[in-house]
Order: sequence, then structure tokens, then C-alpha cells
Amino acid sequence: APLTASPSRFSTDEKLTPKEAVTSYNNFYEFGTAKSDPAERSGQFDPLPWSVKVDGLVGKPREFGIEELMKMPLEDRVYRLRCVEGWSMVIPWIGFPLAALLDQVEPLGSAKYVSFETVVRPEEMPGQTGFFQPLEWPYVEGLRLDEARHPLTILSVGLYGETLPNQNGAPIRLIVPWKYGFKSIKSIVKISLVEEQPETTWKNSNAREYGFYSNVNPEVDHPRWSQATEQRIGEGGFFSVANRPTLKFNGYADEVAGLYDGMDLKANF
Amino acid sequence: MTVIPSLSRRLHGPSIWALYVIGLCPAAWYFYQGATGGLGVNPVKTFEHLLGIWALRFLIATLAITPLRDIVGVNWLRYRRALGLLAFYYVVMHFSVWLILDRGLEVSSIAGDIVKRPYITIGIVCLVSLVPLAVTSNNWSIRRLGPRWSKLHQLIYPVALGGALHYLLAVKSVTFQPFVHIGLVAVLLAYRPLRKPFLAWKRGGNPRVARAGR
Repeated sequence: APLTASPSRFSTDEKLTPKEAVTSYNNFYEFGTAKSDPAERSGQFDPLPWSVKVDGLVGKPREFGIEELMKMPLEDRVYRLRCVEGWSMVIPWIGFPLAALLDQVEPLGSAKYVSFETVVRPEEMPGQTGFFQPLEWPYVEGLRLDEARHPLTILSVGLYGETLPNQNGAPIRLIVPWKYGFKSIKSIVKISLVEEQPETTWKNSNAREYGFYSNVNPEVDHPRWSQATEQRIGEGGFFSVANRPTLKFNGYADEVAGLYDGMDLKANF
Repeated sequence: MTVIPSLSRRLHGPSIWALYVIGLCPAAWYFYQGATGGLGVNPVKTFEHLLGIWALRFLIATLAITPLRDIVGVNWLRYRRALGLLAFYYVVMHFSVWLILDRGLEVSSIAGDIVKRPYITIGIVCLVSLVPLAVTSNNWSIRRLGPRWSKLHQLIYPVALGGALHYLLAVKSVTFQPFVHIGLVAVLLAYRPLRKPFLAWKRGGNPRVARAGR
């Protein structure tokens, strides 16, 4: 369904990745591990009705219906997305700051982190059934509270002017544009405010290769591949791949570098 | 014992040439698809990965010839050279696509990757190791090298192991497809040290089995 949203000063004016690419080249292992699986195998997934439970160290824990979340003041946010695998896109998301939601539940002073959880529906998500399960379900992610409250961090409910397609994390997902894509957890059913650093799926799967922070950083290579460059999907062609240098914090250093003042980014990767 | 009807001798030669033609079809088809927009939004990576997987498949097929003969009794030895050379051609294409289409011949970053990334180092070592095998895959070399030819061609075992490892290290998580390919390589390599005892058992051991049954 079409959505209306107001423009944002945080949007980039870079050339958009074509919608066809944004909605056909996805990592969403709940539907399968091939890039084409989420688009091809998410037809059974029904994102409505939906609600998001917000609990933990908050003054007013409650459940938000998706209709209510769609009524939040929506903004267009054109962000770069950098996948840990070495490719990138420019995507026109529609969403609202996560901080706006957190304000409504009144986090307690003891809350230091925010954890997120994806839905588990093996009957609708073919990647969650069968002999080979690449990850443990539910998919979980987390942010430090100040990262979660940063104005760049949004909950997205749409892209390209419409509600989110299933393969992109319908009906609501996180977007943290200065971190590798896997931090931007999809199809969220639960958000908890907690005191200790929460578990995160890829770190659980391989702590040597994936850290809690996972900030985009060309100076810190993945143990098995370089992070110095990225391939911009949808640009170039078969005989002219569009490789470009990767920027620190995915080009959002001016906005977010201050969050990590005095922190060793190589040790806290 | 043989369940597959044997091919008339007259057709042995043509069937080998047919194997070369059929074996190169996936590469030609995927290249055509890639050049005409049929391989999705990241066609170079897709093409590169498909060529690598087909290289591993032909390596697996090459390694399967001997156990097939030993265990099933099908003698496809005449196809082994073609399968091995197809594996080599796919490795070369896989490497060329990475070098030219994927990395755009950026020599400095490519050199860094070869030195720093174990899976790329392994891949390059495998490619280089396959060259002497491909060069000596002809009757003249077999005659000329004599027993040394067999010794030289045992290089295929570390190459297959390296190829599987290269695949394992390149994927983000081991899903069904890598598991099957790597598993087949492991089984086929594990058969080699077992081969002599197995053949001895097969030849001389049958009476013992019969005695035990009595």
C-alpha cells in the first residue's frame, strides 16, 4: 500500500538503487540463504495482523499494533546500505526514529542496551524448517541505548513509497545505516531494554568474525575478506563492475563518530 | 555386475568429444545469461560462483571414476581426462572472471588479497597446481613420463582438498550446497587409502564372507 512521508535532512542525494534490485537481492535467511530466496520464497508470509512488544527496563511496557506504528510521523530516509559481504545499495526507506518509540515506553535509568527479536514462523518461513538451519532462531540483534536513540536509527515500515515487501522485512524493521546490514534486523516482534550487552545472532554464530558493534569500517577487515571496497549493486554491468571505496561508518562519520570517542574500533569490531 | 549397457567401441571417441561439448555448456549458457541480464542484479558474482561450483563438480566427477570402477564395476576411465580438463578449464574461467570482471584487474589490491586471504591463497595454489596436470594430459606425456606420470597426477588429491576448503572458507554459512560438495570430496578422498584393502577384500575376501555365512 502507498505511504506518505515527509523529507528528511538525513537523506543522501546519491543515485537510488533500482527498486527491482532492492526487492530481489536480499539476505533474509528465514526464507533461505540464496539472495533470490527471500523474494521467491516469502509468498506464504502474512505480515498482518502484527504487533511489537516493548518490554524490559521501561516505565510503561506495552504492545504496539502495526496500525499505530504506521501512524507515527513517517519520514523519507534515503540511506546507503553496506552489507558485510562487500556490496552496497542506496535505498529510499520510509520510517520513524526509534527514539520516538522508546520515548513512549520511558526507559529506566538502568537500561543500557536495546535488544530486538525477529518473528519465528516455520510454517511461513521456509528457511526456518528443514535439515539445514544456517542460524539459530529467533534472529536477535542489539544496540547500545545511545546508538538506538541516535536520530539516524529508524524503524522502517516501507521503501520506495510503499509498505515493506516481505523480503525486505515486513511489516517493520530496524535501519542502522552506519553498521553492516545484518544489524538492521527484520520483521521485528519484540524490543527489550536491558542492562547487559544483548546476544546477537551473527556474533553467536561466529564471534571471531562478527562483533557486537559491526560498524562499517574499511580499516578493519573481515578475517576472510577485505572491507576496503564495495560493489554498488545496480550500477555498472557484467563487463564493468561498480567497485568503490568503502567509507568509515558508511559515510556517516560526521553524525556518529562521536558515539565511539576513545573506543578502540579494531578491538570493538 | 554392470547395470549400464556398454557403449559400442565405435562410439567411445565421439562420446568423449560430446562430453567436452556438454561440459562447456553451463559456462556458455551462464555467460550468455550474464551478458544479457539473466543472472540477477549481481551477475558477475553469480557467474563467478557458478563457474567455481562447476569446477568442483568436474573435480568430483574426475575423482569418482576409480571408485565407480572398483565398487560398481562401471569403467568410465576413458572420460577421466576430459573431466579433469573440464575441471581445469572451469578453474581458469572462475579465476579469470574474478580477476577481470570482478576485480577489474586492479593489480595492487588483487596481490594483497592473494597474500592476505587464505581462501584466495588456497585457490591460487590449486590453480597453479592444476597447470602441470593439464599440460601432461595427453598420450605422449603418459608414454614419456612413464611411472612418474601417475605420481605427478596424484596432485589432484591435494587440489581437490584445497578446492573444497576454498569453497568452505568463502561462504558465510555452510548451507546444503557447500555441505554436499565438500562432503563428496571428503568421501572420494577418504576412499583412496581404503582402496587397496578394499580391492584385496573383494578379490580374496569373498570366500571368507561365504565361510562366515555357512
